[in-house]
Amino acid sequence: MPIISGVYEVIWDATFQLVLLGSLLIGATSGTLGAFAVLRRRSLLGDALAHAALPGVALAFLWTQSKALPILLLGATVSGVVGVLIIEAIVNYTRIKADAALGIVLSVFFGGGIVLLTHIQQSEVGNQSGLDKFLFGQAASIVRTDLYVMCIVSALVMIAVFLFFKEFKGLIFDAEFLSALGFSQRVVDLLLMGLIVLTVMVGLQAVGVILIAAMLITPAAAARFWTDRLHVMVLVSGILGALCGALGVGLSALAPRIPTGPVMVLVATAAFLISVLIAPRRGVLARWVRLRANALRENGQHFLRAYLALQTQDKEEVVLADLASELQLPLYRVRRLAKRLGRDGWVNTHNGACSLTELGHKEANFVVKSHQLWEYYLVYRSILEEDHVDRPADEVEHILTPEIIEQLELILAQEDIDVSGDIHKMGSGYRRTGKDE
Amino acid sequence: MLHAVDESVTPIHIHDMTVAYHKKPVLWDVDLAVPEGKLVGVVGPNGAGKSTMIKAIMDLVPKASGWVHIYGKPYSRMRQAIGYVPQRESVDWDFPINALDVVLMGRYGHVGWVRRPDKIDRELAEEALEKVGMTDFGHRQINQLSGGQQQRVFLARALAQDAQIYLMDEPFAGVDAATERAIIDILMDLRARKKTMLVVHHDLHTVSQYFDWLVLINMRIVAAGETKDVFTEDNLNKTYGGQLTVLSEAAQAVAHHQRGL
Amino acid sequence: MNEFWGPFWIVLAGALAGASCGLLGAYLVLRKMSLLGDALSHAVLPGIVIAFLLSGSRDVIPMFIGAAICGVIATVLIETFHRRWRVQEDSSIGIAFTALFALGVVLITAFAGQVDLDQECVLYGEIAYTPWDRLFWEEWDLGPRPVWILGTVFALNLAFVLVFYKELLIASFDAEMALSVGVSAALVHYMLMGAVSVTTVAAFESVGAILVVAMLIVPGASAYLWSDRLKVILILSALMGVISAIAGYFLAGVWNSSIAGAMVVVMGVLFALSLIFAPHYGLLGRFVRQVRLSLRVARDHVLLKLLRDRESQRVSALSWGDLVDTAARWVSGIAIRSLMWQGLITRANGHFSLGEQGVIHATRLLRNHRLWESYLNQIGLPPDHVHDPADALEHFTDDRLREEIRAALPDIATDPQGKRIPDG
Repeated sequence: MPIISGVYEVIWDATFQLVLLGSLLIGATSGTLGAFAVLRRRSLLGDALAHAALPGVALAFLWTQSKALPILLLGATVSGVVGVLIIEAIVNYTRIKADAALGIVLSVFFGGGIVLLTHIQQSEVGNQSGLDKFLFGQAASIVRTDLYVMCIVSALVMIAVFLFFKEFKGLIFDAEFLSALGFSQRVVDLLLMGLIVLTVMVGLQAVGVILIAAMLITPAAAARFWTDRLHVMVLVSGILGALCGALGVGLSALAPRIPTGPVMVLVATAAFLISVLIAPRRGVLARWVRLRANALRENGQHFLRAYLALQTQDKEEVVLADLASELQLPLYRVRRLAKRLGRDGWVNTHNGACSLTELGHKEANFVVKSHQLWEYYLVYRSILEEDHVDRPADEVEHILTPEIIEQLELILAQEDIDVSGDIHKMGSGYRRTGKDE
Repeated sequence: MLHAVDESVTPIHIHDMTVAYHKKPVLWDVDLAVPEGKLVGVVGPNGAGKSTMIKAIMDLVPKASGWVHIYGKPYSRMRQAIGYVPQRESVDWDFPINALDVVLMGRYGHVGWVRRPDKIDRELAEEALEKVGMTDFGHRQINQLSGGQQQRVFLARALAQDAQIYLMDEPFAGVDAATERAIIDILMDLRARKKTMLVVHHDLHTVSQYFDWLVLINMRIVAAGETKDVFTEDNLNKTYGGQLTVLSEAAQAVAHHQRGL
Repeated sequence: MNEFWGPFWIVLAGALAGASCGLLGAYLVLRKMSLLGDALSHAVLPGIVIAFLLSGSRDVIPMFIGAAICGVIATVLIETFHRRWRVQEDSSIGIAFTALFALGVVLITAFAGQVDLDQECVLYGEIAYTPWDRLFWEEWDLGPRPVWILGTVFALNLAFVLVFYKELLIASFDAEMALSVGVSAALVHYMLMGAVSVTTVAAFESVGAILVVAMLIVPGASAYLWSDRLKVILILSALMGVISAIAGYFLAGVWNSSIAGAMVVVMGVLFALSLIFAPHYGLLGRFVRQVRLSLRVARDHVLLKLLRDRESQRVSALSWGDLVDTAARWVSGIAIRSLMWQGLITRANGHFSLGEQGVIHATRLLRNHRLWESYLNQIGLPPDHVHDPADALEHFTDDRLREEIRAALPDIATDPQGKRIPDG
């Protein structure tokens, strides 16, 4: 198996391990900070910042003629920060809105960067300056000293996140309340922006100016699906980011011609889509399953109400065909429903007819009671006229929690309203009748 | 209880209308028949669904159930019959356009797709500006107008629509006393010409002075009818007694349930 | 290619691209959809690449189809992320366009041998090759192909803006109003996005996928600073696109760099110039207005000080040091000099006094001040709280407003502190 042995070779290669470690760090840092950036709606500002860094890289090279990473990144940081300051100035002092200001700085700085890069390329005949790796990223160019820089910056970012977690949380959730508590919103915002700058800069070499923003945004957006707690989200986002970084580098090592940045971004996108699909509570699958369960329960409750409506004093049993016409459903669906309710121990079916078990009666009574309580409430509060109380009641009754029912009983009891009597014949809202028009 | 409604002479007839935002019901089961030629106030606390009702009439927000008829026909066929004054915050006042052009927009419905407004449309727009006392400001960029003047421009735009029915969302919000007076004069004049107006309003002090018909709303219609019959302490208590806790909770439950959360 | 026609075709292609983008870009800026334009121009890349791969040529039609499909996919993705999955809107845009752009870049590099496209083309286009990329009909040479494509797109955009001027205007200004007069804001939105996509694809070969963002947004935003008339903004915006193309071409020669990049840099410079020099919304205009305002306030204060001094002791004995406001020495100094120069105040023996005109000016100001004090007192402010607000208001009170206040007050002769209100 040549491919597999090839993979082994690559993995045990010392240079590759270095590169892998670097990408892992980049992914973890941008993932962690991305959670805050996304929630504070600064994700696209990160994009502008990254694009604006390009002319800085080129200018740093032109001035120093050096390709040392710290020098290039210093240039990148300066021009990136200048870009962000210009965005702020445009928004504060002119009538141009934030989105246009962002787009202007992003594209004009990038254009300036392109001019400088092409100038460098064309004036140095035959000598590739290697600056174009900053466009799409080339993780393979990470060397040992670069790794030290990355380690230091990542450690700084992580420590800051740990120390100022509370402040960032306040900033994201309710910035005005944070300032009311005596924290300067401006300072906390600046701190967060500073950390975003550091994170973007450290990832420039491996991911590139064009796509580094995705490493901030995508893992964080994916993490949001797994949890509702901020600290868990930050953790998940960091881990996802690290995984995407490592996996992206691993994949692009197999095809060295392809730049690392886009591969990492595609891996992150895949992670996002998988999260959307399978995340336990907010995920699409989980929600689909729950909707389906809800629908089944509603149908069951309609079945029970229809049963009570058809049941007569002397006869316990109700014929399924009658139920079908009462519910206006095809017979086969009513059969299936009866079977399912049978499994729940509510209904006994025999020879095309069914009867409720004791458990089934209890459930049916509960359904009818909550329906009636809700109707009484609506009419009592003069929310609805008596004659069309039924349809909305029908929508709501399935989902009234025991707490709401308790409250309803309490309210109606306080007002001394007799719930046992009939205000009108129990409705038949379970029929899927057409709209009025 | 629905009274028999003669639809052809009823400007706005709402039947069994429920409106939901993001699946959360905000307006429950509205039944309303507004009589012709009345100045109708729509009053209720914040979040009661006043604007929502106006927007639902014009199909600007989707209805979860029910229907609205304008003189017996669906809104889509009666667009020309309705003039609209949205809330002032709903547009970007930095937009590069002057007051006269804003008013001219009121004519667009009559002009139709692609064709340009002609001289008559321009004259009508200028006339509308004159009615609100803004002739001198026609060529002012809109962000150089005061709040009251901006509101007058919006009113002029609705006048230029030359409609049978006017729906107005808080036209008195944040305007000076002179503008309020000018606006109410115009509304009275419209009423004299048999136009029907539905005006969202939040100043209880002026209700009985301004409106001859009243709709009290709080997530549902609490009362609707002649102001003298409806504007009672009992009804106001019902309207302003806070959102109904159980109803809000149920609405939240419906939203969660339907989104599968 | 001869000395004239080579540059001519390149500049023409650039100018057509700039003007096409400028027309639509003005609407993007006004509708606050700049970022959607940004996202769309990145997102169409995989569509273009796949079209190249499948058709094996640079035919425009497959490219438009591929890009259109990708554009729709991007829009649907953003909507799905945002509306159905409740991801923040900016993040939704970020995820969708980076993913599609990354896919495009991977495709280009993975199939490098089979596609006549490279990373450089994506980044800054190939406008320099315009004169050599000919369009043939039968055996006749019709001229450079990019010029034909961009020319067609410019004509289409111009027609779009002219024909749907009214609909674009109302849907951009007030979407609800548009709906209520029967103009579907959604339809206008999609037509505009369609036009943006077509323009992006047409400009792609010449200026690349990223620089086209600048061509869309920057001229529109610059023009928005110059005028309050939509028509003027549209013309200016397209014009700036053309100017940038011409200047950019020559600068690229000087700098020995990418032409498209240089065009964008010129756009940036034009924007910076607009930012500073635009008459009403520019920073310089703002600054000048502020300086003039503070100068006026300082002058008013000097006049008032002298008048009050005269009221109290008949003989003016205020020196330079007494008159200068220590908090704003610089402005105050200029104010005094300008008053002297105009003859409103005079200096003798180091002491200042009001000239004839100066007395009239100062009296009017004092009347403003004391009328405001009385008015503020009448509407409920305690007498010891009325000085400061009156001090701020006195400068901005014209004759009409002054008499309105006068009319709102009962017939009084003195202000709340018992000082006489001078006659007008």
